[in-house]
Amino acid sequence: MSMTITEKILAQHAGLDEVVPGQLITAKLDLVLANDITAPVAIKEFAKFGTEKVFDRHKIALVPDHFAPNKDIASAEQCKFMRDFAREQQIEHYFEVGRMGIEHCLLPEQGLTLPGDLIIGADSHTCTYGAVGAFATGVGSTDLAAGLATGEAWFRVPESMKFIFHGTKFQKWVGGKDLILYLIGKLGVDGARYRAMEFAGEGIAALSMDNRFTICNMAIEAGAKNGIIPPDDKTFAYLEGRARRSYPLLYSDLDAGYMAIQEFDVSEIPLQVAFPHSPENAKSAQEASGIKIDQVVIGSCTNGRLEDLRMAANILRGKKVHPEIRLLVFPGTQTILRDAMREGIIDTLIEAGAAVSTPTCGPCLGGHMGILAKGERAVSTTNRNFVGRMGSVESEVYLAGPAVAAASAIKGQIAHPEEVS
Amino acid sequence: MGIAFKFGHDIDTDVIIPARYLNASTPEHLAAHCMEDAGTSFAQKVKAGDIMVGGKNFGCGSSREHAPISIKACGIKVVIAESFARIFYRNSLNIGLPIMECPEAASEISEGDEVTVDISTGTIENKTTNKQYQARSFPPFMQELIRAGGLIPYIEGRKKNA
Ligand code: SF4
Repeated sequence: MSMTITEKILAQHAGLDEVVPGQLITAKLDLVLANDITAPVAIKEFAKFGTEKVFDRHKIALVPDHFAPNKDIASAEQCKFMRDFAREQQIEHYFEVGRMGIEHCLLPEQGLTLPGDLIIGADSHTCTYGAVGAFATGVGSTDLAAGLATGEAWFRVPESMKFIFHGTKFQKWVGGKDLILYLIGKLGVDGARYRAMEFAGEGIAALSMDNRFTICNMAIEAGAKNGIIPPDDKTFAYLEGRARRSYPLLYSDLDAGYMAIQEFDVSEIPLQVAFPHSPENAKSAQEASGIKIDQVVIGSCTNGRLEDLRMAANILRGKKVHPEIRLLVFPGTQTILRDAMREGIIDTLIEAGAAVSTPTCGPCLGGHMGILAKGERAVSTTNRNFVGRMGSVESEVYLAGPAVAAASAIKGQIAHPEEVS
Repeated sequence: MGIAFKFGHDIDTDVIIPARYLNASTPEHLAAHCMEDAGTSFAQKVKAGDIMVGGKNFGCGSSREHAPISIKACGIKVVIAESFARIFYRNSLNIGLPIMECPEAASEISEGDEVTVDISTGTIENKTTNKQYQARSFPPFMQELIRAGGLIPYIEGRKKNA
């Protein structure tokens, strides 16, 4: 029977020859992830199982990134709780502050997410790893606890939707963020609810891995269970030197069943900005031009990778951040930060007037290091602009890619990069 | 019988329990701040046995289980919505918070209506308007999960029977 890549991965991990959408399965997990917010709840649930040891200490990743470095005493207690568990269980992939990063930048970089893997994470943006051809999905802490104890999870096989991006003539400065915001603008925040989103076409093939991570990262913003990009030469090149296990090569059959196929031409997609308070409020950057802002955030698991920082630096080089703007930069991992230092990117950003942080989720979820006051507005390269997401319930977040963010920091208002070049 | 608290479409987990309260995870702490950013003083008004009603895509956004935990800890008996976001749906079943998908009831019940539900049969009755509804039934596996009281008792029970 013909299957999509998502169906093949699920079938393989459930020990079945085939699966069909709607089927309920129990599947084996290759990696189980949690962070300093979700792990404590999961660890308490784990204690309710009759088992003392986790199913496999090599297949678990614990990352203190949300409220770490510890933002207050309560956060310090949560991080300590997770750290104690990691030591007691001898978790191999526990990443301490100083060696950590934002989980969804860190795990692929460390070669822990591979094509054909089945991964659950107690974080909704776990779907990011679909960019290397894995089936990866966010779950809650109880699913996580069961995963830690048994190495298995239950799934309803999702219907697949295919999004084909034709052409390779991208408009200047347009990247993965613009493609996915544009798509969510068309689909709505529940347009792919419970579904697998498969991305294909020359437009996707032309994108770098950094841009592909950005796209899969935001599949959840359309309500999807997972986002996935079939592995190709770029994927293999990225995995070279990172992957320490062999991996299967799975692809959708040509006659696999999709509940919907939508096609786009990349040349028609302009730079995007999603207006408050929903990622589905995507418009062209031109339409947002001139909106007065107070803060610009560049970073996060969506756009905190090297190419994002490079893009921002290219626009900010030789220019200054507007006197009334606070530009905050959060590199995704220590490696990204060091690579950006070596390339002179960090120097360019600081020279322009940016505050550069150690990797952390920081203001992305209104945690710390850049909270907005009542009435303030930010342009952010993050993935959510819900009410109160970055601080006060009366603040506003506009989502964009790094090019629009950098241009806006210079102009003091939302700007298309053309306006500052 | 419970009083209905009504919310709109796409109620996200940041509204249900804002991230600034995620530096602790006790049910009491989470219940005290449930729906705080919706600005309706819900957490102060809600009583044990009351009912929450939402529109489509209820619980979208993050995977934080703190969201259904905070609703359950408030004393809410059941959440009725037109549809639920995927992770919230899963989390609710896993922690034993009853949820019901019923577009008609979700759109017709008003704030303050008196509502009774029978979770086992999926029937919903609005006493204020005298209307009855039937929620969509869960697939058998999920019914088992609900009957067991959540994922952990379900898995433990299966182990014992094995
Ligand atoms: S950067 Fe933001 S979206 Fe990404 S994991 Fe951290 S809080 Fe979540």
